[in-house]
Amino acid sequence: MARVRTGVRAVSAVLAAVLGATLAGCSATGGKRAEERAAKAAQGRAAVDTPRWTFAMVTHSGDGDTFWDIVQNGAKQAAVKDNIKFLYSHDVEGNKQAQNVQAMIDQKVDGLIVTLAKPDALKDVLAKAKKAGIPVITVNSGSEKSKEFGALTHIGQDEVIAGEAVGEQLNERGKKKAVCVLHEQGNVGHEQRCDGVKKAFKGDLQNLYVEGTNMPNVQSSIEAKLQSDKDIDAVVTLGAPFAPTAVKAAEQAGSKAEVDTFDLNAKVADALQSGKLGFAVDQDPYLQGYEAVDLLWLYRYNRDMLGGGRPVLTGPQIVTKDDAKTLAEYTKRGTR
Amino acid sequence: MSAPATAPVQEAPDERLAHRSRLRRLLGRPELGAVVGAVAVFVFFSTVADSFLQASSLSTVLYASSTIGIMAVPVALLMIGGEFDLSAGVMVTSAALVSSMFSYQMTANVWVGAGVSLLTMLAIGFFNGFVLTRTKLPSFIITLATFLMLTGLNLGFTKLISGTVSTKTIGDMEGFDSARAVFASHLTIGGVDLQVTILWWLGLVALATWVLLRTRVGNWIFAVGGNADAARAVGVPVKSTKIGLYMAVAFCAWVSGQHLLMSYDVVQSGEGVGNELLYIIAAVIGGCLMTGGYGSAIGSAVGAFIFGMTSKGIVYAQWDPDWFKFFLGAMLLLATLLNAWVRKRAEATK
Repeated sequence: MARVRTGVRAVSAVLAAVLGATLAGCSATGGKRAEERAAKAAQGRAAVDTPRWTFAMVTHSGDGDTFWDIVQNGAKQAAVKDNIKFLYSHDVEGNKQAQNVQAMIDQKVDGLIVTLAKPDALKDVLAKAKKAGIPVITVNSGSEKSKEFGALTHIGQDEVIAGEAVGEQLNERGKKKAVCVLHEQGNVGHEQRCDGVKKAFKGDLQNLYVEGTNMPNVQSSIEAKLQSDKDIDAVVTLGAPFAPTAVKAAEQAGSKAEVDTFDLNAKVADALQSGKLGFAVDQDPYLQGYEAVDLLWLYRYNRDMLGGGRPVLTGPQIVTKDDAKTLAEYTKRGTR
Repeated sequence: MSAPATAPVQEAPDERLAHRSRLRRLLGRPELGAVVGAVAVFVFFSTVADSFLQASSLSTVLYASSTIGIMAVPVALLMIGGEFDLSAGVMVTSAALVSSMFSYQMTANVWVGAGVSLLTMLAIGFFNGFVLTRTKLPSFIITLATFLMLTGLNLGFTKLISGTVSTKTIGDMEGFDSARAVFASHLTIGGVDLQVTILWWLGLVALATWVLLRTRVGNWIFAVGGNADAARAVGVPVKSTKIGLYMAVAFCAWVSGQHLLMSYDVVQSGEGVGNELLYIIAAVIGGCLMTGGYGSAIGSAVGAFIFGMTSKGIVYAQWDPDWFKFFLGAMLLLATLLNAWVRKRAEATK
């Protein structure tokens, strides 16, 4: 540990030394100062005087995932409003996610929010939660197993329905041949999205796997795909960070294919506005986090349950050029 | 290849000094097997994939190869010097993150951020080498620790500073255009669009080859990897050589990181994990021994090229994507086996 600290200290010393040089090399355009006046995320105080309950969220997210960051932002803001102590943990591997859920049960939390991307791994531990009397709400993925595992309700987007919305949109735009770019091989939700597109799309759809953790690889793979088949007129990415890369790949390959994507972020909103992207399908991750916490609070406070316990859908919402303009502000602050 | 620095004074003519024909010398080069493997992979995909031979496809393959190749060069040198660096993949992401966040948060010219990033990376490289030579622990442990720490720092700092897990866009900041020209521009040569990373790659390979074969430092690297104790006994500065090699890895990580940043202008903090293995694979396919003391920089380039051809060739061939990873593994295994076979034949004819 001492060595870690020395390393950090050395790095910060270097940073401090260069600070002087910075003043001489300021940028007059862009940067933090230019955006400091931009919207601040809502900062609030508790709006209720219910006891300070503890709610925990355990997801299947990988490290540093933009999408899950927005979910957390939603959950945290609802937690502030509802006077809730909010805990979060995540692990991509099913069994480790289950261990994390167990750890939360051991801490005797007052409510649990879990994702069911790998439902079988979580079956037993959710039974334990039920036995311990902890109310559970599932979010994002796993709507079909949610009831069976004893959750109060499910909040999220049905991936197949979202995919179908994309397929229909592609039909409307007169596309004939599309590529579905999967950035995580073996992710059930991703497969479902592409299956949904395939179901509704009247043209031909092919899947392409890319290494999501290696952007140049994503770019060169899409380039290669577009070069190998000049008839492709649409590229669908499954995550917002990959859409701008797909646009670059299409430019590089000299392809006229339109790029469309699942999910939103600031860059996607910009690209939609400038017409580089066709459309995005948003499942509103902020709402998934916010509603989950809020519903747990409502349940504890008033035994309420939205939709009578049937899945509550947060998407799909098709976002095009005009919507992007109004959403840009919110994508920048990380809530859309 | 033995360590030249350890060669004792000979009275009788040494077989190592005996004149060998040009062909013999060529056959003894470490990258020969890889070249044969590369030709085989190239011919294979040229026949199964119609669009593989287009000039534009070749430029895509070269781009894919160059992003691995830039890092495979110092990783190969490091392997010749007898060490590994498992932090190389994440270090690339760190380089991009530091550069982007410093420019943005300080509202500084993009080049200032790039400078800070370079210093930070060299410090991390120095840290790797220094701790390694000080503690004498295996490089596997040291760089695995650095890998984990960097992964955490990337995420932690980005979240702390930017509030989200990706950086803010710096595309509208001063100095971005010139930085992009250096690290992420395109060149059109004979109607073919080439990414500037290919030039960086070739330049680094040339530089590393010159250092390895024509300078004293090159001799030190072979000596340190061949037998560190013997090298130390004849006055090779073992510690500084190893620290220097880790700093070379850090420098190339900086170059790759700047390419990532200038090319995509926003960086995701979770990227880069797993890439360190690709660099090592490229070096090994290119003829570097896992045990050190043997290999070449050109070989690492050929290895990266084989990897680039295979991973993109599968897409050009339009094979069922469910089997992508299997095909990739099988092709690499075949290329490496061919490589080993050719090398054995070459050594037998010496």
